[in-house]
Amino acid sequence: MKIYLPLDSAAVALGADEIAHAIEKHAHAKGVAVTLVRNGSRGMVWLEPMIEVEGPKGRLAFGPMTLADVPALFGDLSAHPKALGLTEDLPWLKAQTRLTFARVGVIDPLSLDDYKAQGGLSGLTRALTMDKSAIVAEVTASGLRGRGGAGFPTGIKWKTVSEAVADRKYIVCNADEGDSATFADRMLMEGDPFTLIEGMAIAGVACGATKGFVYIRSEYPVAVRVMQDAVAIAQAAGVLGASVLGSGHAFDMEVRVGAGAYVCGEETSLLNSLEGKRGVVRAKPPLPALQGFMGKPTVVNNVISLASIPVIFEKGAEFYKGFGLGRSRGTIPLQIAGNVKHGGLYEIAFGLTLGEIVDTIAGGTASGRPVKAVQVGGPLGAYFPRALFDTPFGYEEFAGKDGLIGHAGLTVFDDSADMLAQARFAMEFCAIESCGKCTPCRIGAVRGVETVDRIAKGDTAAIPLLTDLCATMKAGSLCALGGFTPYPVLSALSHFPDDFNRMKEAAE
Amino acid sequence: MLDSVATIARVEDILSRHDGMEGALLPILHAIQAEFGHVPQVALPVVAKAMNISRAEAHGVMSFYHDFREEPAGRHVVKLCRAEACQAVGADRVADHAKKVLGLDWHETAKDGSVTLDPIFCLGLCACGPAALIDGKLVGRVDEAKLDSLLEGLK
Repeated sequence: MKIYLPLDSAAVALGADEIAHAIEKHAHAKGVAVTLVRNGSRGMVWLEPMIEVEGPKGRLAFGPMTLADVPALFGDLSAHPKALGLTEDLPWLKAQTRLTFARVGVIDPLSLDDYKAQGGLSGLTRALTMDKSAIVAEVTASGLRGRGGAGFPTGIKWKTVSEAVADRKYIVCNADEGDSATFADRMLMEGDPFTLIEGMAIAGVACGATKGFVYIRSEYPVAVRVMQDAVAIAQAAGVLGASVLGSGHAFDMEVRVGAGAYVCGEETSLLNSLEGKRGVVRAKPPLPALQGFMGKPTVVNNVISLASIPVIFEKGAEFYKGFGLGRSRGTIPLQIAGNVKHGGLYEIAFGLTLGEIVDTIAGGTASGRPVKAVQVGGPLGAYFPRALFDTPFGYEEFAGKDGLIGHAGLTVFDDSADMLAQARFAMEFCAIESCGKCTPCRIGAVRGVETVDRIAKGDTAAIPLLTDLCATMKAGSLCALGGFTPYPVLSALSHFPDDFNRMKEAAE
Repeated sequence: MLDSVATIARVEDILSRHDGMEGALLPILHAIQAEFGHVPQVALPVVAKAMNISRAEAHGVMSFYHDFREEPAGRHVVKLCRAEACQAVGADRVADHAKKVLGLDWHETAKDGSVTLDPIFCLGLCACGPAALIDGKLVGRVDEAKLDSLLEGLK
């Protein structure tokens, strides 16, 4: 009997380890030989811990599992109280276009054989037959843009590094996924770490870089462990090392762990942290592509950007580019979070409207109350009201509505949310996490909290002050922390003015 | 109180394991904290000398990051997520409850050294919040009752 049970953090947080223990105990007691594979999550977090049992027609899913549901796994499976049917027929999975996440939840994350059997390493194998400029051109042609939030074309960044002349170059993977509502990087690293390694190796070959770092936040202990194990396996198998797959190209990598500073998700701050310094933001120029880690040309890419590279080389740039809308090409792993009925990861081509995502895919709120606001793009993203639910999911489309897609995380709030409190939190968070380099961010965020508190006490004269402060932060901060904190604040203010009008309440 | 000679010997051992590593300061500080539960102040001059930076610079790096502690934490560490996705499902309420039950505010340790309460900003459990990290164990969908039983389990 072969059973799959995720090692994914979300599944573990909902009791997967205890279920694993119970399965082994029952199997032993019943004398049934069980092979238990700890895989990645299929992304249906409301069904976690979700187990799958391999059957003659495919894998059968069961969830959400509790300890009480374990004994029935050893009886008539069709009568199991948590039976969901064949995994591949589940509507949430069936409607997706899984390119980057194709193997997540399917394979044993640390089995290189499983990885190869599902198309793994074919992208790298193909890239190794191409010259550097052709590899870069393929990435450019795919239309892939930075999935970390900034949306910068990946191919152009690689071209700059590839053409730079230096004795050493680096590939740095930004896995400091600190935005609330985002967990795609975590799920990818936990569920299919070799994809990231393969993407980084292709980047290394394309740019002439011989060393890579994955900078993972310390809040992701499972991802750190899986990545470290995967790197060791890849080294032993010759995927990494002095001669990548015997090609003569040297590329090796190392996993580094952050230390709880949100701002280190910003690329220059991350580079300082990686160098062993305070994670203070650097002014650009010089671009990291020319003077990055240790002053050398460095590609800094997000996990999902790098993990999308193998499929682009496996299936071709044209295939990847065929998905999406406008200048947002390919697929995007939506992360649906907060107060939702169906939360989790949903990979799909760009272009669904916000309303389709929230009402149809997420199924509305978990509380059953009406949706009041959706924060898109993490703590620096705007709050969208229902009136903007027709906005299609794309970089330019969201920018056009004074928002951003960021790392594609969506936090849904029901009508009990107080948008003034959310605006205050945005300022408070910025004050806590500011690296301190830019005055508008360091001091402005503190004043922002005070100003929101004045508004909360009924002082509406403080509202223009808040708007003014936001303009200063936006224009006067080097990075997105100070520069984008105004997005949640101003969107809360402009779309939910009633929450800021406390005068009437105070007078009554 | 740790014997400072013994502490320094252990720090030097950690330093030797990181010899030749590029940008080794964070990995070194993590290793020291893993060894001692905090970064003893007596370790900083030793680290600084090995890295060829001033003690002030080493302190500057250490104090920049939320993870590194100057003082040991309580025997149990309760970290509750305060970020937006968890707020949307009641994290503020759970945090208020924890503060009341433990008699602690954020970053405080109980007088008897039993427990430390820390905020954390996102564990990537945003579709199953409110989330917590209790003595390194991830927990999802934490409400007041679940928190009570988790805290009971620490006693």
